[in-house]
Amino acid sequence: MTALQAHLPALQVVVPMLSAPLAMLLREHRLSWALATAASLCAFAIAISLTLSVIDTGGMRYLMGSWPAPFGIELGVDAMSALLLLIVTGASSLALIAGASSLDREIEVERQPLFYAAWLLALAGLCGILVTADAFNIFVFMEISALASYVLVAGGPDRRALPAVFKYLVMGTIGATFYLIGVGLIYLMTGTLNLDDIVYRIGEVAEVKPILIAAGFISVGLALKAAIFPLHVWLPNAYTFAPHVVTVFLAACSTKVALYVLLRFNFVVFKPYLEDHDLKFAIFLLPLSLLAILVGSAVAMFESNLKRMLAWSSVAQIGYITLGASLVSVAGLTASLLHIFNHALAKSALFLALACLAISVSKLRIENIGGIAKRMPWTMAAFLLAGLSLIGVPGTAGFVSKWYLITATFDSGPLGILLVAVIVVSSLMAVVYIWRVVECAYFRETDEAQSAREAPLMLLLPTWAAVLLNFYFGLFPGVPLELSSSAATLLLGQTP
Amino acid sequence: MSASDSIWLALLLPLLGAVGILLAGRIGPNLRESVTLVTAGALAWNVWGLIPALMAGERPEFTLLQVVPGIEIAFKIEPLGMLFAALASGLWIVNSIYSIGYMRGNNEKNQTRFYIFFALSLAATMGIAFASNLFTLFLFYEALTLSTYPLVAHKGDRDTVNSARVYLGILLTTSIGLLLPAIIWTYLAAGGGEFTAGGILEGKVEGPALGLLLGMFVFGIGKAAVMPVHRWLPAAMVAPTPVSALLHAVAVVKAGVFSVTKIIIYIFGVEHLFSTPSSAWLLYAAAFTIVVASLVALRQQNLKRLLAYSTVAQLSYVVLAAAVLKPLAEIGASIHIVAHAFGKITLFFAAGAIYVASKKTELSQLAGIGRRMPWTMTAFTIGALSMIGVPPTGGFVSKWYILAGAFESDNYVAIFTIIASTVLNAAYFLPIIFAAWFGKEAMDGGKEHGEAPWPAVLALTFTAALTILFFLFNGPVIELERQLLGAVS
Amino acid sequence: MNFLGIYYYWVFAILLMVGFYAVIAKLNLIKKLIGLSLFQAAVFLLYITVGKVEGGTAPIFASAAGERLFSNPLPQVLILTAIVVGISTTALGLGIIVRIKEEYGTIEEQEIQEIDRQ
Repeated sequence: MTALQAHLPALQVVVPMLSAPLAMLLREHRLSWALATAASLCAFAIAISLTLSVIDTGGMRYLMGSWPAPFGIELGVDAMSALLLLIVTGASSLALIAGASSLDREIEVERQPLFYAAWLLALAGLCGILVTADAFNIFVFMEISALASYVLVAGGPDRRALPAVFKYLVMGTIGATFYLIGVGLIYLMTGTLNLDDIVYRIGEVAEVKPILIAAGFISVGLALKAAIFPLHVWLPNAYTFAPHVVTVFLAACSTKVALYVLLRFNFVVFKPYLEDHDLKFAIFLLPLSLLAILVGSAVAMFESNLKRMLAWSSVAQIGYITLGASLVSVAGLTASLLHIFNHALAKSALFLALACLAISVSKLRIENIGGIAKRMPWTMAAFLLAGLSLIGVPGTAGFVSKWYLITATFDSGPLGILLVAVIVVSSLMAVVYIWRVVECAYFRETDEAQSAREAPLMLLLPTWAAVLLNFYFGLFPGVPLELSSSAATLLLGQTP
Repeated sequence: MSASDSIWLALLLPLLGAVGILLAGRIGPNLRESVTLVTAGALAWNVWGLIPALMAGERPEFTLLQVVPGIEIAFKIEPLGMLFAALASGLWIVNSIYSIGYMRGNNEKNQTRFYIFFALSLAATMGIAFASNLFTLFLFYEALTLSTYPLVAHKGDRDTVNSARVYLGILLTTSIGLLLPAIIWTYLAAGGGEFTAGGILEGKVEGPALGLLLGMFVFGIGKAAVMPVHRWLPAAMVAPTPVSALLHAVAVVKAGVFSVTKIIIYIFGVEHLFSTPSSAWLLYAAAFTIVVASLVALRQQNLKRLLAYSTVAQLSYVVLAAAVLKPLAEIGASIHIVAHAFGKITLFFAAGAIYVASKKTELSQLAGIGRRMPWTMTAFTIGALSMIGVPPTGGFVSKWYILAGAFESDNYVAIFTIIASTVLNAAYFLPIIFAAWFGKEAMDGGKEHGEAPWPAVLALTFTAALTILFFLFNGPVIELERQLLGAVS
Repeated sequence: MNFLGIYYYWVFAILLMVGFYAVIAKLNLIKKLIGLSLFQAAVFLLYITVGKVEGGTAPIFASAAGERLFSNPLPQVLILTAIVVGISTTALGLGIIVRIKEEYGTIEEQEIQEIDRQ
């Protein structure tokens, strides 16, 4: 292993974080865009390299400043964080590339360097959550990414972005503070913040009640951040009024990373030591997941603002992810992690397609895009194909994770039939809301669509890259599948 | 070129054709239609070239890729799939010739899109025919649904789009809601979904659960149109006639009954099903569909809708034959796929030709039309006779085998149903034929017209001839399907 | 159990609830933000009390000799970071409120919703 490679876990955070002030200092918006994109691509390359070494060796540890583990801060990359790192850095890169032609319409040129700085900070924060092995560090990175994403969302041209972002800020802060209380209680009982050390010490604690309370605070706080139903209320508006490429970035990453922390805490820290933790966890998550799936899909069916429709669909898709996790089995967790990956693929492709549409359509409402497929064939084809992946048509990435989810639910006994029914019903609802858009775009006629023209190449390229990835990982799901199944066995503490 | 090369070539050719049509469409319609015909010819040549190897007992295989361990996209050629592929690829040529006449005669818009999706749906059909496991079958089944949607919605006005929505809605709902869970159940119970002679479920799924699984498969395959999931078929009548022919004769419904038959033979296993009483309901469901659909057809006033309900009934013949669960009846099922294809495509071609020439769509307008369009109406008559099952037409051959199978197992429900439906078929087809030849033409505003454009007439004459030839020279087909019998018993 | 003996936990709990109540119940955005700050401050106090050792002083060693009783410095360090985060959040929140006032001319939540509905 070369010297550089050993430092990759730290560089994963350091590169975007140090590029952020640089991006601000470059006054010319094109230059700071180039810098941000380069930093993001660099982070993506680091993530790929980390993933490869995780596949080879099973994991990496890194001691900040070479201080030994429980005293200094430790970074760690394993299969689960590698999977998420790929999503976060990949989505950020795609969105930034698309942003070159899309952002000029939404943010004034002179403020763009600041915007890119916030973007890089958000990226650094998200990467930080994923690589760190320290409970308090997670809090700090979570707030860095959250504060930066509030700024990103507030950058939207519509003034309704402001109340939306205020709501997002309040709920996000409450979530983070809840998490902080939980971590404080754990620190109170164990005297350590290093995740591995906590796991080690928690077994020695005699009184489990504070740990139980900590589990409650942490789970609820992260559920808020992850927009788990019914704590999702901040999500639809924040996604709807954010600049389009920001929506791409957030939809793929921010809630997923909160879910990552949630799963990590519940399975690694609490599961072995709390009595009936599996059962409590399942009872907490399972009904909420089902409700999320059904309510999210149902609202999406009747929503005519396209971005809000996809945002509600995200609420439902988060439900799939938590449903898989609430089964507390290797198969279920594999499905859940795989769906984190695949949903990020499908949703970023869909939101990118909307960003293309927004070039020509003033309001992204369903009645404004009648017949637009004739004018923007590439955009609408991308939307259609990514939509198929969201529905879960075979051959697409969405199918692979649904297959695993259904297989996992079948294993869970008689309740499984009900769960399968819910998954099937909501897939059909997804058909309805995707098809409404497709039908309108292909078979209606409106005046506005007549003057539309195809989106610029710089937007179409990342969109189609995301679409093709959906098909690639639908046919060759090897890498994400391997990562998620080894992450699932790791979480459940079983040797593969 | 080895046989397994022919498999991927069969999938690739229509896709290449679609690309070629897209490019040629920018240059001119003549080149575009030439590309279609050349592709169709090449595909048929390629697929038909596989037959000798198959007759010699070879079973070429080809694995495209493994999605995850245990789930792979793989193809294998066996008699039933071969028959379906040969049929579909052969009829594509005829259908393309007819399409040229029809689409030009009607000045339809978006013709390039039409030919592209036609080619795509043929690629999906080849995938269904050659699929060697349930997953691959499902993959291409959905691809076929999606690629035919733009064809059904071709006109693009409000009515058409609504009907196309019904088409897509029913097919996707049933396939995602029932077929997919059934497939996953099978994979979990049997540890795989490979099509295997004798079935893979014996000892894995037994008793009432087997009946339930069968139900999920039969109703999940909405394309087989067993009542009550037949509604998409009349709805899809809004499509241009060549599409109706594609739906009814070449690809879609045939893909449905083909899948049902294939699943009964290779997944359930005929004997395993036969010994499980809970699966007997399928026979009654099919019988019910045959009789009721025939009764509904009797009440139709629109020619294409009548043909649609006739198709619903005829499809259930295949399901009924498969559900008799006797080797002879299974052969009958596979032959009926062919016989019905020839007959029904002739009928649809004729209906389309009448529309192009005279814009007539209702039964009441057809009186006396035989004198104006003798070729078309002769073909129509032959097609109708085949539906009824009168010699010398192809329909007689398959009915013979189905009846033989039914007698073999003393299955009086099946026998009675076939007799009753023959009577009903005669009751709705014979009056049309009689009126067309001997009726007096209504003179209220009808325009002067002769035959449809010559490619259309050529195509329907050809298929009518096939219907009769199939009665006379069905030896090779039956020989091919006897190999199925070998696999069954 | 001596409830008063652990009064600092009560202070934490009461402050937390007061802040939380304000966030939920107040419709004025500034008041919401004040509630949010209280809410966070309560948690800071929790951490500080955890680290306090009775009779302990700051962990500064004048000489290598001699044992001294000192409070745990780690929670204080952590809370220093958390306070920074809290201030940033408040500042950002206030910034957003200023922008809302510019765009909508009000900082009452109900009035904003009514304006949006039009």
